Amino acid sequence: MDRNSPHRQGKAVEIKGVSKVFGTFQALKPVTFDIYENEFFTLLGPSGCGKTTLLRMIAGFEQPTTGEIALRGANIQGLPPHRRRVNTVFQSYALFPHMTLEQNIAFGLENLGWEKQRREARVADMLRLVHMEKFAARKPQQLSGGQRQRIALARALAPEPEVLLLDEPLSALDLKLRQAMRDELRTLQRQTGITFVFVTHDQEEALDMSDHICVLGDGEIQQLGTPAEIYEEPSNRFVADFIGETNFLDAEVMAVEGERATVKVSLGMTLNAPQKKAETGRSAVMSIRPEKISIPAQDGQISMEGTIVGVNYLGGYTYYMVETGKTKLRVSLRNSVSRSGMFEVGQPIEVGFAADSARVLGA
Amino acid sequence: MTPRWKNPGWNVWGLLPTHLIMLCTLIIPIGIIILVSFSTRGPYGGFDYVFTTAPYKQILFNEGWTGELEFNPQYLIVVGRTLILSTVTTLICLLLSFPVAYFISLQKATLKVMLIYLVTLPFWVSMIVRVYSWIIILGNDGVIEKTLRFLGLIDDMDSLLHGDFAMLVGLVYSYIPLMILPIFASIEKLDGALVEASHDLYGSRWTTLRRVIVPLSQPGMLAGSILVFVPCLGAVLEPMILGGGKTMMMGNLIQLQFGPARNWPLGAAISIVLMSAVLIFLLWRGLRAVRKESRELLA
Repeated sequence: MDRNSPHRQGKAVEIKGVSKVFGTFQALKPVTFDIYENEFFTLLGPSGCGKTTLLRMIAGFEQPTTGEIALRGANIQGLPPHRRRVNTVFQSYALFPHMTLEQNIAFGLENLGWEKQRREARVADMLRLVHMEKFAARKPQQLSGGQRQRIALARALAPEPEVLLLDEPLSALDLKLRQAMRDELRTLQRQTGITFVFVTHDQEEALDMSDHICVLGDGEIQQLGTPAEIYEEPSNRFVADFIGETNFLDAEVMAVEGERATVKVSLGMTLNAPQKKAETGRSAVMSIRPEKISIPAQDGQISMEGTIVGVNYLGGYTYYMVETGKTKLRVSLRNSVSRSGMFEVGQPIEVGFAADSARVLGA
Repeated sequence: MTPRWKNPGWNVWGLLPTHLIMLCTLIIPIGIIILVSFSTRGPYGGFDYVFTTAPYKQILFNEGWTGELEFNPQYLIVVGRTLILSTVTTLICLLLSFPVAYFISLQKATLKVMLIYLVTLPFWVSMIVRVYSWIIILGNDGVIEKTLRFLGLIDDMDSLLHGDFAMLVGLVYSYIPLMILPIFASIEKLDGALVEASHDLYGSRWTTLRRVIVPLSQPGMLAGSILVFVPCLGAVLEPMILGGGKTMMMGNLIQLQFGPARNWPLGAAISIVLMSAVLIFLLWRGLRAVRKESRELLA
C-alpha cells in the first residue's frame, strides 16, 4: 500500500521534529513521520539507535527535547503516561507479581473507572483472546515466558488503547516460541484493529510482521517504507547492510541518469544499475543480494569466471562463497531439485547477475 | 553421580566451623540459661543446681509463708506492658519509615548513599548517650516545655518524662533505623518497569503508590517489623532512663533479677519465657508464609 494514497485511514500518531538529548548524548536527532490507524508499524534498528527512546516518548515516560507528538490529531505534549490512551507491552512484561492474571488485566480498567460487570466481561474476553481462560486465578510467577507474554498483551489491549506500543516483546522468548508469537501478534493486530507500534532490532521479525518499517540508525531515520521496499530498494548503505544479507562492491560512478547510474565496479566491468544518492565522479558501493546471483550465469546476465571457495549447506538453501578475482561473493541457491546439482569447493564456475538486481548506493 | 556438595557427609563436615560457632555462642549459653531457670536460688546470688520448677511458678504466683500459692499479677502486667509498647512502637515505626524510605529511594545515587548513611548515623553514638539526650528534650524545663512556654501555649505542664509516653518515644527513636533500612531495600529492589506499567495503565501517582509500591515493599515491612519488635521486647535502657524506674519492661525485670534481686533462676525463667514467645511468634509467621507460598504454587 502506498503511504501517500488518499484511501488510507487517518493518522494515529504524528511525530513532528521530535528529538531527545540525554545530558550531552543525542539519543535521537529530530525526526518527523506519521503512523497510520490500524497498521502494524515497526521501529527497527540496532541497539542505541533511539528506537526505544522514541517509543518511551510516545508512552510519556520520557519528554522530547524538541518537537511534539500528536495522538489522533491531539497534541499530547506534557501529558503524563496515565493520561495518554496508549498502552505498552514491556520487554520484561512487567506483570504485577502480587496480583492474579485477572487482577493484572483488570488493573487498567479499574483506573479508567469501568463498572464491575463491564470490567469482568472485558477481562474474560481478553483471556479468551489470548487463550488463557484456564489460568485466570494464577499469579504471573506460575507462568512460562510465552504465557506471561500473552497476559502482558491482554493487559495492554484490555483498555482499548488508541495505540499499542510493544518494546521488543519477543526478545525474552526462545526461538520456536518467537516464531509462533509473531503469527499470534499479527493475528491479534488484525482482529483488534488497534494500531501496533513495535520496536525490535530483529530485521526478520520486522519484515515478517510489519505493514511499514521505520529503519533507525545513529539516531536518525534511515528509511521508511513497506518491508519489500526496504529490502529491495534500500535507500543507503546502512539499510542494505542492516536488512538481510548483501554483497558490497566498491564502485566508481561514471554517470548518473535519473534513477540509474553507470558505474565501474571493482570486479572490472562497467554496468548500468538503479541508484540512490549516487554522484558523478564520486565513489559509491554496489549492493547485490546473495539470492540475486546465479550459478551458472543465465542468459542476459553479467557473467564472471569464479571458483567456489566455501559451501554452507542450510537445508532449504546452500550458501556458496565464490572468489572472482580479488573479490569474494556470497551466493545463496535454493535446493529445490536435488542434491545432485550442488557445487564443490575448488570447482571453477561462472556466476552471473542482472544489472537491474544490483543497487548503486551513494551514501 | 551426585555432586560432592550434595553428599550428606560433606554437609556435616564442611559446615563444621559454622556448627562449632553455633554450638559455642548459641546452643551452650541457652542450655546454661535453661539449666539455671530450673535451679534453686543461691543465698548470695548465683544458683545451686537442685532441680525445681519454682522459678516458673514465681512468674505467676507468690508463695505464702505456709507454702500455699497466691496469684500475683505483677509480672504479668510487665509482660503485658512490654507487648503493648513493642507493638505500638512497631506500628509507629512502620508508619514513619515508609515515607522516609520512599523519599530516599527517589533520590539520585550519591544523595541516596548520603541519606542512608545519615539514617545509620545514630548507631555510631553510644545508645546510652542517645537515650539520655531525650531527657533534655522531654524533661522539666526541657526543649519541648520551654518552646511551648515561649510560644505562650502553656503555663505549666506535667513532665513528659517517666512514663509510657517517654518510653515509647525512646523506643521508636532507637529502633526506627532498623525499619527504614529493610523497607528502603525492598523499594530499591522493586522493578521500575512495574511502576511504569502502573502509570501506563492509567494509574495515578497515588494509585501506583497504594496498589503497586506499598504491596510490593511488604517483605521489607515484615522484616523491619521483626527487627523492631524483637529488640523492643528486650529493651532495657529506654525504660530505665526514660521510664524513670517507675514503669518496667521485661528487660528491666530480667536485669533486676540477675542484679539487685539476686534471683538468677527467676531471671533465667523470665528470659526463657520471653525467648519462647518470640520464637513461637516467628515460627507462626514463617509457617504462614510457607503455607501461603505452597498454596499459590498448587493453585
